[in-house]
Amino acid sequence: MKSSSLYLRRRIKNVVALGLSSVATLIGLIFLAWILWETLRQGIGAINWNLFSKISVYRENGGLANAMVGSLILDLLGIAIATPIGVLAGTWLAEYANRTKLGETIRFLNDILLSAPSIVLGLFVYTIVVLPTTALTHGDTTFSGLAGGIALALIALPVIVRTTDEMLRLVPSTLREAALSLGIPQWKLTLQILIRASRSGIITGVLLALARISGETAPLLFTAFGNNFLTFNPMDKMPSLPQAIYEYTKDPDPAINAIAWAGAFVVTMFVLALSLISRLILSRNKVSHD
Amino acid sequence: MTESAAAGIHPQPAAALAPTKLRVRDLNFYYNGFHALKGINMDIPEKKVTAIIGPSGCGKSTLLRIFNRIYAIYPKLEAKGEIMLDEENILDTRYSMNKLRSKVGMVFQKPVPFPMTIFENVAYGIRHHERLSRADMEIRVEQALRSAALWDEVKDKLKQNALGLSGGQQQRLCIARGIALKPEVLLLDEPTSALDPIATGRIEQLVEELKSEYTIVIVTHNMQQAARCSDLTAFMYLGELIEFDRTEQIFTKPGKKQTEDYITGRFG
Amino acid sequence: MSGSNKEHIIKSYDDELTRLTGEIVRMGELAVTQLESAIDVVERRDERAAQRVVANDDAIDQLEQEISHDVVRLLALRAPIAGDLRNVFAALRIAADIERIGDYAANVAKRSIPLSMVAPIAPTNGLGYLAELAAGEVREVLVAYRDRDAERAYQVWKDDALLDEAYTGYFRQLLTYMMEDPRNITPCTHLLFMAKNIERIGDHATNIAENIWFQVHGEPLATQRSKRDFTSNPEMTRLGDRSE
Repeated sequence: MKSSSLYLRRRIKNVVALGLSSVATLIGLIFLAWILWETLRQGIGAINWNLFSKISVYRENGGLANAMVGSLILDLLGIAIATPIGVLAGTWLAEYANRTKLGETIRFLNDILLSAPSIVLGLFVYTIVVLPTTALTHGDTTFSGLAGGIALALIALPVIVRTTDEMLRLVPSTLREAALSLGIPQWKLTLQILIRASRSGIITGVLLALARISGETAPLLFTAFGNNFLTFNPMDKMPSLPQAIYEYTKDPDPAINAIAWAGAFVVTMFVLALSLISRLILSRNKVSHD
Repeated sequence: MTESAAAGIHPQPAAALAPTKLRVRDLNFYYNGFHALKGINMDIPEKKVTAIIGPSGCGKSTLLRIFNRIYAIYPKLEAKGEIMLDEENILDTRYSMNKLRSKVGMVFQKPVPFPMTIFENVAYGIRHHERLSRADMEIRVEQALRSAALWDEVKDKLKQNALGLSGGQQQRLCIARGIALKPEVLLLDEPTSALDPIATGRIEQLVEELKSEYTIVIVTHNMQQAARCSDLTAFMYLGELIEFDRTEQIFTKPGKKQTEDYITGRFG
Repeated sequence: MSGSNKEHIIKSYDDELTRLTGEIVRMGELAVTQLESAIDVVERRDERAAQRVVANDDAIDQLEQEISHDVVRLLALRAPIAGDLRNVFAALRIAADIERIGDYAANVAKRSIPLSMVAPIAPTNGLGYLAELAAGEVREVLVAYRDRDAERAYQVWKDDALLDEAYTGYFRQLLTYMMEDPRNITPCTHLLFMAKNIERIGDHATNIAENIWFQVHGEPLATQRSKRDFTSNPEMTRLGDRSE
């Protein structure tokens, strides 16, 4: 008798807890679906070939081609700068400075950088890159794609450092010991075994960093500045999708607003695809590990 | 022998069996100031299997990890004393780590194949120590895999990732990787604790075959395993070597009450 | 417990070992009782009682079966080592010795039947003394077993010489009787076999003592036991040859 009432109470508690958490999950999912739906609904009218092939929205049948190319260049610049530095720094943290005071301090500082407001990083690059080069060009402000790339790299860097560090520390210490006990030196161990063992994790980190920077607007305002034309020159002012979205939503013309929404949809899809790819890599790797 | 007799421990059973391969004298080990090994004296005989048993934290793994100085990769660890391998003190900082690691191989508790092909797993270590032609390397890898009783199971998939092997196969691959360097001493740190009884049996059979060529030291939590596959057994407790004798002696009539209490499963 | 007096971490292991010891002691006590009953029926010349004693031997055999079963199970399930192994191993051997002791007691009872069919003779009383010594030995060695007392076991082992001496004396006495009157030969021969059986019980008691010694110390009771059974001595043969 007594135990059955105990079980009943437990079952009720279980149902309540399950209900509450399901509702919470549902709320999150509803907003996600809503966001996707809204961006699609508002931008669907502008999603056409012109969007990807034409530049300058202010002309008839304009598109976001310049912004997309600019974003691609900026993001790749950012990742190209951040990846080698980030992977090496992460490796140093995990393999050489693990459990040392210096290592812990730097790991902590990296976490601060990870959560630093991106506008601050934009301003920082403006101060150390844009302003000094302005002096070199006799007063012309030298906003450039490169400066934007550096700003994005600063955002991507802590993400890559963090994931590299985490992934390497996930490699069982016995793998290190096994290699070292064969007489393999530390540098070979790190480059040929550890990086390889955590390769997919590190790639995932890089992809996540890419997803993160591809939606950034603030750090580009003072660095890449934006541009209405197609440019491949990283020393030029460079347009980018997020910035284009930011500007076109302020426009009174609803057609241009729609293009902004379409751009938002493209960025969202891009980030979503990156996330899915990284999940795929990580899960496939997990299977082969066990 | 006289100095060890003075220390009150008996590293002698080895002397009766075979020449000493590893002579441990007054070995003390500290980590972060904690005295983990206290005055260890023991003679590990050549081409015999020596098992080290004892409860968790008794220092048996620590002792094993001093034999190839793998402990040195972590900070704040310090070994004092003498471990003579062929009349040279391996604890001497001048003793080449490369030489030591090629002479003393180690296999760990969990099988840890490198993230490479089966072939590369074995070849990788050799390549670091020797320059071999492709053909010679193939011969060496095959030899090592044969010695580890794995060749027949993997000969058709040498180019496959080693992570695809079963746990027991992975562990034998790790043994193959170790013996590919032609070491003189093979250290096994609980090599079967993650394996099922069949895979365990294979490893134990392998140990028996390997002892004609290698000096083997095995740390195990499994008393029956020590009884089954070792010639000598050392019992350690709280960082001390309590008893070291022929395995038969330890398991029929241990000399110390502490040993008996431990192996028969009584409160320590 | 031999080797160590501490308890096992697994309590049921201790229970099983304790049970084994208990079974051995019970079996031993049963065997001693059988011996005493056998002597009793010899003295009372009670054929029916003698048959009961013979039948009772089954109970001892039954206990031995149980002990064997328990030993096999302990070996299979607990894989005992060191002191525990010696403990179990000794139990098996001691059970076999006790089983033999039971057989000898039954034999004595069996021979009391033909003995009671002829006229009583004086030396029959001497058998009681031998049995008393033998029963005392077995009792003592059982206590030594229960207490894992190797010294006590060793004392039994040494004291068996007394039984051997008494047997030799009794043997001589019976020979004299037989030489005196050939009609005594039949009862005396029975008595001779019965005495031999009792003397063998003493030997099994020393076997048990040796097993206790091994169980406790892990090595055999090495010193050669002193032989004081002189019946195989040429001197004795000559005594028997005198009739020729």
